Amino acid sequence: MHALLEVRSLEVRVEDKPILSGLNLTVNAGEVHAIMGPNGSGKSTLAQVLAGRESFVVTGGEVRYQGRDLLAMAPEERAREGIFLAFQYPVEIPGVSNVYLLKSALNSVRKHQGLAELDAVEFLALVRQKMKLMQMPDDLLYRAVNEGFSGGEKKRNEILQMAMLEPKLAILDETDSGLDIDALQVVANGINALRRADRAMILVTHYQRLLDYVVPDHVHVLAHGRIVKSGGKELALELEQRGYAWIETEAGGGTAPARGAVTQ
Amino acid sequence: MKAATSNLDELISRDYQHGFITDVVADTLPRGLSEDVIRRISEKKSEPAFMLEWRLNAYRHWLTMTEPDWAHVHHSPIDYQDISYYSAPKSQKDGPKSLDEVDPELLRVYEKLGVPLKEREHLAGVAVDAVFDSVSVGTTFKTKLAELGIIFGSFSEAVQEHPELVRQYLGSVVPYTDNYFAALNSAVFTDGSFCYIPPGVRCPMELSTYFRINAKDTGQFERTLIIADAGAYVSYLEGCSAPMRDENQLHAAVVELIAQDDARIKYSTVQNWYPGDKEGKGGIYNFVTKRGDCRGANSHISWTQVETGSSITWKYPSCLLRGDNSVGEFHSVALTNHFQQADTGSKMIHIGRNTRSTIISKGISAGRGQNSYRGLVKVLKSANGARNYTQCDSLLLGDRCGAHTFPYIEVKNPTAKVEHEASTSRIGEDQLFYCMQRGLSAEDAVSMIVNGFCKEVFKELPMEFAVEAQKLLGVSLEGSVG
Repeated sequence: MHALLEVRSLEVRVEDKPILSGLNLTVNAGEVHAIMGPNGSGKSTLAQVLAGRESFVVTGGEVRYQGRDLLAMAPEERAREGIFLAFQYPVEIPGVSNVYLLKSALNSVRKHQGLAELDAVEFLALVRQKMKLMQMPDDLLYRAVNEGFSGGEKKRNEILQMAMLEPKLAILDETDSGLDIDALQVVANGINALRRADRAMILVTHYQRLLDYVVPDHVHVLAHGRIVKSGGKELALELEQRGYAWIETEAGGGTAPARGAVTQ
Repeated sequence: MKAATSNLDELISRDYQHGFITDVVADTLPRGLSEDVIRRISEKKSEPAFMLEWRLNAYRHWLTMTEPDWAHVHHSPIDYQDISYYSAPKSQKDGPKSLDEVDPELLRVYEKLGVPLKEREHLAGVAVDAVFDSVSVGTTFKTKLAELGIIFGSFSEAVQEHPELVRQYLGSVVPYTDNYFAALNSAVFTDGSFCYIPPGVRCPMELSTYFRINAKDTGQFERTLIIADAGAYVSYLEGCSAPMRDENQLHAAVVELIAQDDARIKYSTVQNWYPGDKEGKGGIYNFVTKRGDCRGANSHISWTQVETGSSITWKYPSCLLRGDNSVGEFHSVALTNHFQQADTGSKMIHIGRNTRSTIISKGISAGRGQNSYRGLVKVLKSANGARNYTQCDSLLLGDRCGAHTFPYIEVKNPTAKVEHEASTSRIGEDQLFYCMQRGLSAEDAVSMIVNGFCKEVFKELPMEFAVEAQKLLGVSLEGSVG
């Protein structure tokens, strides 16, 4: 039996600058992993590389997803095979209604899985049920994708998409950033409702506060392009108290940013 | 975004799908333009004397004019003596009495183009007048329309059967002195469609013309005249295509619309003339004058166009808002890809009181395409309470294309209200990646974003045209994105 995701010695560059250098990570179905680390440590890069963004050049290592070579798969194929990225900065698409994107996305994933496409009635029933979970007003369905959405609405919309697409591996990139406490709770409840034995999640976050609500099974600290420390949920609390500097020192090298620096 | 780019490249390398050439025996005049050629065109069409006289006047006027060069387009000089001004499928010489007499080869062409020419295929309710090269080859549903007093058929027939109507209205909206290409068209036009809706009649079906240029080295100069008498309503559709040829071909059409009191004309175009190849070789020069005259009070004319073809497009469907409370509308999607150039927009001339106009223009540029919006909103002194709203949006795919906006506003009445909004956006790598991360292919993502951009215009099209337009955009798109 394969791990759901197996990252081995991953090396990634952006314009000749190494971002990830020898990253290892194993994620099994049903697990929730938190990836923490100071700004610029490569957390978001990892998320984007797993989703297939091509502005990053993979220069070494390998990634296996369900036993397959993930890096050989096109971004849309990864999505259809169950990888979902909740974007740190969800993109606006003027003129395209949210409901239209959701329906096209869901049907292309279903088609890939050999399932029948949902008709308008079935689709609307499903999306309304999921919107209730995310406490989203109906009109967000008919507005252009993310256009004029508040920060909280954008993040809820990402989780709504995740709820619709039912991924096997969800990567949540700084989903807690820019949320007030009420919005954070709604988003966290949404995420918790989607935790299942056959679904894994990777939470990329700078702060521990999301982890108060979504309790991870594993916590990893990313620094200098690799995972320098792993532990249980208590590691996150330790980081909250001590900052990242001590880990960076342990790992050797680099100046750590001040604790509480604005999340990038 | 390598994956997206190569997907897009594949998508565009799909060939122009209407580029076949039909082997029909044609009766074609030798190349060249002279009074003699015009006399022969008029003679071939057995026209009454007033027509010949009008043509010759137009020709003599044309000789005094020079080709306009103000449009934001570039092309090598056109040799007007190197074009044949008349080409007709030979079997047409004696004129078909019914569709059964039309050359089956021609009917196959229209079938291939998806034009439902045969009446039994006319469940969709579209009456089609099909113009092949220079002459009209068959009009469907004629009898049924005649029962309502509607005249719909080829221009040539109208000249024979309703010369009084032709004489009264021809050139009354676009006089032959109007511009260089209108003058040329007036001199040599060979056919087109004619439509008259009598007072109070609502035309029960969409009327349609399908134009096709087939013969080599010919120009197509058709003329369309639509009159909606008091209280009448008509919706008219126009489609076009041409074979792929390496030489550029000239298409200089004129369309005149007249709406009397309380009448309404809705004119929709899906233009897919051959755009030339990926290096910019060949393609149609589409230099067209379209103008609607809201002659009566409370009349209403709306133009909707989807322009995806032609190597160069030069057209400004316009409205003369003469009647009080008359309304003019222009909704446009223009797409340029490869080396295509489009200079298109609208003119709204407010003359009557409380006249209203709306211009919605969506320009999409991809490849090395150049897309210009050029529009004039003119409010005359007499137009108390006139209102205009103009919205002009450009979408860019890739970084080698261009979008330009040339709005002209002239207001001579202080009570007028004129609004202009414009925007330019680009399909970004981040938008594509976002859609692909949700499972859409690059192709579907681009088409979804472009269709979203054009939504306001597509909703103005009749259903069957809207579907065709969406497909066309998909086929016509190329982009190196990012």
